Amino acid sequence: MSAPKKERWTADSSSGPAATTSGGTASEAEVRSSGGSCLWAGRGRLPRLGGRAGMAAAASGAGAGAAQEKQFPPALLSFFIYNPRFGPREGEEENKILFYYPNEVEKNEKIRNVGLCEAIVQFTRTFSPSKPAKSLHTQKNRQFFNEPEENFWMVMVVRNPIIEKQSKDGKPVVEYQEEELLDKVYSSVLQQCYSMYKLFNGTFLRAMEDGGVKLLKERLEKFFHRYLQTLHLQSCDLLDIFGGISFFPLDKMTYLKIQSFINRMEESLSIVKYTAFLYNDQLIWSGLEQDDMRILYKYLTTSLFPRHIEPELAGRDSPIRAEMPGNLQHYGRFLTGPLNLNDPEAKCRFPKIFVNTDDTYEALHLIVYKAMSAAVCFMIDASIQPTLDFCRRLDSIVGPQLTVLASDICEQFNINKRMSGSEKEPQFKFIYFNHMNLAEKSTVHMRKTPSVSLTSVHPDLMKILGDINSDFTRVDEDEEIIVKAMSDYWVVGKKSDQRELYVILNQKNANLIEVNEEVKKLCATQFNNIFFLD
Amino acid sequence: MGEEDYYLELCERPVHFEKANPVNCVFFDEANKQVFAVRSGGATGVVVKGPDDRNPISFRMEDKGEVKCIKFSLENKILAVQRTSKTVDFSNFIPDSSQLEYTQECKTKNANILGFCWTSSTEIVFITDQGIEFYQVLPEKRNLKLLKSQNINVNWYMYCPEGSVILLSTTVLGNVLQPFYFRAGTMSKLPKFEIELPAAPKSTKLSLSERDIAMATIYGQLYVLFLRHHSRTSNSAGAEVVLYHLPREGACKKMHILKLNRTGKFALNVVDNLVVVHHQDTETSVIFDIRLRGEFDGSVTLHHPVLPARSIQPYQIPAAGPAPVTSQSPVPCKLYSSSWIVFQPDIIISASQGYLWNLQVKLQPIVNLLPDKGRLMDFLLQRKECKMVILSVCSQMLTESDRATLPVIATVFDKLNQEYKKYLDAEQNYTMAVEAGQSRSGPLLRRPVRTQAVVDQSDMYTHVLSVFTEKKETPHKFVIAVLMEYIRSLNQFQITVQHYLHELVIRTLVQHSLFSTLHQFLQYHVLSDSKPLACLLLSLESFYPPAHQLSLDMLKRLSTANDEIVEVLLSKHQVLAALRFIRGIGGHDNISARKFLDAAKQTEDHMLFYTIFRFFEQRNQRLRGNPSFTPGENRAARKLWGSHIQYQEITGGWGGARKLLVWRTLGLVLKEQNFVPARISLSLFTVVRVDSGC
Repeated sequence: MSAPKKERWTADSSSGPAATTSGGTASEAEVRSSGGSCLWAGRGRLPRLGGRAGMAAAASGAGAGAAQEKQFPPALLSFFIYNPRFGPREGEEENKILFYYPNEVEKNEKIRNVGLCEAIVQFTRTFSPSKPAKSLHTQKNRQFFNEPEENFWMVMVVRNPIIEKQSKDGKPVVEYQEEELLDKVYSSVLQQCYSMYKLFNGTFLRAMEDGGVKLLKERLEKFFHRYLQTLHLQSCDLLDIFGGISFFPLDKMTYLKIQSFINRMEESLSIVKYTAFLYNDQLIWSGLEQDDMRILYKYLTTSLFPRHIEPELAGRDSPIRAEMPGNLQHYGRFLTGPLNLNDPEAKCRFPKIFVNTDDTYEALHLIVYKAMSAAVCFMIDASIQPTLDFCRRLDSIVGPQLTVLASDICEQFNINKRMSGSEKEPQFKFIYFNHMNLAEKSTVHMRKTPSVSLTSVHPDLMKILGDINSDFTRVDEDEEIIVKAMSDYWVVGKKSDQRELYVILNQKNANLIEVNEEVKKLCATQFNNIFFLD
Repeated sequence: MGEEDYYLELCERPVHFEKANPVNCVFFDEANKQVFAVRSGGATGVVVKGPDDRNPISFRMEDKGEVKCIKFSLENKILAVQRTSKTVDFSNFIPDSSQLEYTQECKTKNANILGFCWTSSTEIVFITDQGIEFYQVLPEKRNLKLLKSQNINVNWYMYCPEGSVILLSTTVLGNVLQPFYFRAGTMSKLPKFEIELPAAPKSTKLSLSERDIAMATIYGQLYVLFLRHHSRTSNSAGAEVVLYHLPREGACKKMHILKLNRTGKFALNVVDNLVVVHHQDTETSVIFDIRLRGEFDGSVTLHHPVLPARSIQPYQIPAAGPAPVTSQSPVPCKLYSSSWIVFQPDIIISASQGYLWNLQVKLQPIVNLLPDKGRLMDFLLQRKECKMVILSVCSQMLTESDRATLPVIATVFDKLNQEYKKYLDAEQNYTMAVEAGQSRSGPLLRRPVRTQAVVDQSDMYTHVLSVFTEKKETPHKFVIAVLMEYIRSLNQFQITVQHYLHELVIRTLVQHSLFSTLHQFLQYHVLSDSKPLACLLLSLESFYPPAHQLSLDMLKRLSTANDEIVEVLLSKHQVLAALRFIRGIGGHDNISARKFLDAAKQTEDHMLFYTIFRFFEQRNQRLRGNPSFTPGENRAARKLWGSHIQYQEITGGWGGARKLLVWRTLGLVLKEQNFVPARISLSLFTVVRVDSGC
């Protein structure tokens, strides 16, 4: 048995075994205390926090003193999908496994690992039939379980970050940092994996109906083989929990113009079912339901857009520009589908996406068309195969109008920026999220690139944000948490109705009252047009 | 040709007069629009009928010879009759004054009077072949006083009563026109101008006939209309109408050319600022609108007929006689008859039949004849009776069977709102001017006239949009697109959108459960904030929970709805949130404690109640130096308190201890005032977490 020696399990905050019996806040706290100090839990539990401060100090001091110290970020160890119903009898266990990464792992080990997960889930189910365990903490790694469809289980195993030290006798000593990973962040990442799969492939069940286990396995293999390489577990943070959408700030008139543009396009390209409009990688309009848009947005902003460098930014003689069809009337081009409309052999293949899977289950072709910084997604019924003629028509109708619109938006945006005059680097670092419309704002994160999301603050601060968020999830009521972090940092978390705001302040010798005042000021300037209790 | 196709018609109630015959002479006065039927030189009676007066004037006068011209002065005060080529006879029609005739001879020797025109109730102009003479009539003295005269060779003359302008044809060819303008006892000579004749005249004969010239006011400006039978350019054979603009000051200028594309006999009318050209050969008419866009060649604008040529709508002459049960069926009237005489602006007279009609334009048939909706709107917006037609066009273009594309709809909305905005601006300027200086501004300030072309939001809502949104067969996507297009157009012209339009949008979205669309509209403030809208959103909460948040946001932005916010929060049992809000805006000194205590009690959360109670005690302490409530509040508060008293010890003590614990860990000393009971209890466990270094 290769099971880790030191192993504990934990359940989702609201579904712990004890919680099902007593439920209240107080008892929850008790249960958590009994879980032991090594378990991530606790609100206001000072000893643990002190411990982290020490760690943070070590991390920040790493550059100076300990040259022999090496850090390894969290990494994906394995990722598998199984269905216990597919191999219920002994000897048939292999049939349960639908996908396993890394594939090179020996068959018996695969079976064992799947079996273990199955056992854990089964075991915890006895305490909480509706919500079994979500994650398993061990010294070396952490496992996350997700059952996105009935009996279909997805498991992600993440190795804890490692610090490798040089001991006195020169041997490397490996230290696993068991408390570093946040359950909510990685559970969200796992859920996102499913959502992304579903967006491009539909549900597991649908694949089963269409072509049985064989087809499902093929689809999983094809999708996850590539997708897992883009996970970048080391840079996951609070924003992965939110899975929010950044909206482009815009004045009413320009917004109405866009609205009018979309309506006209949908009218003249009558096969278009839904449309989404983005500017600068920020959403302005979506005809899709929120949850579908959320994952599509993720795909667009982290995968599709970054892959296409702006050719319009490239010089006239640059090779990228040369590839573009000689279109001088407008800057429109397809990000999905045909590259060159003048090529009669051009393939009009668009990615297929699946939306409203709980309800109407619609399959659509995703046409992404961009002019300068404005991108429009046209979604048409998958039963209609867009022809080259259609693409040309779309190009000739949408291209010129979108080009004009894009420069209108740009102009208006600059006017607004000048008028508000607040576009100096904001002195506050904050993250805002509204559960109601999934609106997300962050001055902490730099521009997302396909590989990493860069943050401008120390990872430890990001972790505190994650902690505060976990605290917020436990209660329904509005609350506010102020944390004094290392050095001069203060972290403030506010939750008002469905909104969450996290502010990171760095002020020398500030006290609680001053910090509170600062946050009030921020709310007054940045959020004065919403009902946000202070 | 269906009934629906005729866009010109003769008025329903023509002026009927005795038809012209050897004993009955008929005269028409353009100034008063009166028809004179003179029997036997007036001896057997003169009957005068105007278009408006129900009661014709009839009188007798002595037969002193053949009547050449007969006209009343304005307001029917004085009758002038010309019987000879040298003199005009007058008789007063003023009550209690002598009816004896008096005579005026033209001053210029050897001149022949071509005719005369009344320019006011007592001023008259004689036009002779050698000049014009401007007189004032003194009815009491029964004589005339010459005010001014001018010598000039005259071929023929034309009078435009609307513009008070007399046009004289001078020179041998007759194509140099000399206008005179009359106003309040003065006569002013305007710059003369030359009409370009079709081709270089071969002889020295009079080449410009009076029949080919008309004068009319179009869009408030006086124009001389010249019917040129052959175009000067050889490439187009058809006749054309040339419009010369005759301003009060400055030179006359050729402005527009109306291409007729046919030849033959024509007659002109001007109806509702449209130039109507009748063509006798084909018995059809065409109309031109000089405000519609034409081809501008650098100096003049070329226009083509707005609509295909159509006949005037067939007209039935009503059965003669007042007898109600005549078996006689109405007789169809011969249209475009050669006996028709046309006068400006809109008069057609059939002397042989004894009828005077006003020509009218029917707008409804035009709707189907003009497929270009943008041009149709441009056309309709200039018409007098256009509102209902415009609204019907709007309704029609939104019906499923006859649906226009969104860009067309947008164009129509833009045109309507441009006109609407013009009026709003004028109205606003007027109001501002009135406010700025009520007395001294004087007569210059005139309240802007609201024409029918001003189609406002309530018109659109009542007649078009609300009806349209209720139609089941229209796809909701189209409904919303149209509503948004209208709102966009209003915004584009900076017109404040009325809340009922927003409500219509919301209603439509809710009906089709398009909540995420609604959310996005509100997020970008497309639907302007208002209390009614916020309340509407509140009511939607059960269908769409985020509506609650949206509503609160809106109330917050309104900044005049703080009471509503408190009520909303209290109704949600968010007593602390309500209190924090009211404190945040500094209103907690004036609120009724009872409301909050009541709400707190309802939550059955003792800790909460305690917190609220203490808060008010502290407030009382601060305001009045005493924690007790005012007598009014006292009883209620105590009563509520009574049910909670047993918890005081427990919760109070515990909460207090916790307070100290939390704050002490921070090493901060805080006064009671700074200490926020709401915050403490709301996050008993998590007020402050110290991460390190403290």
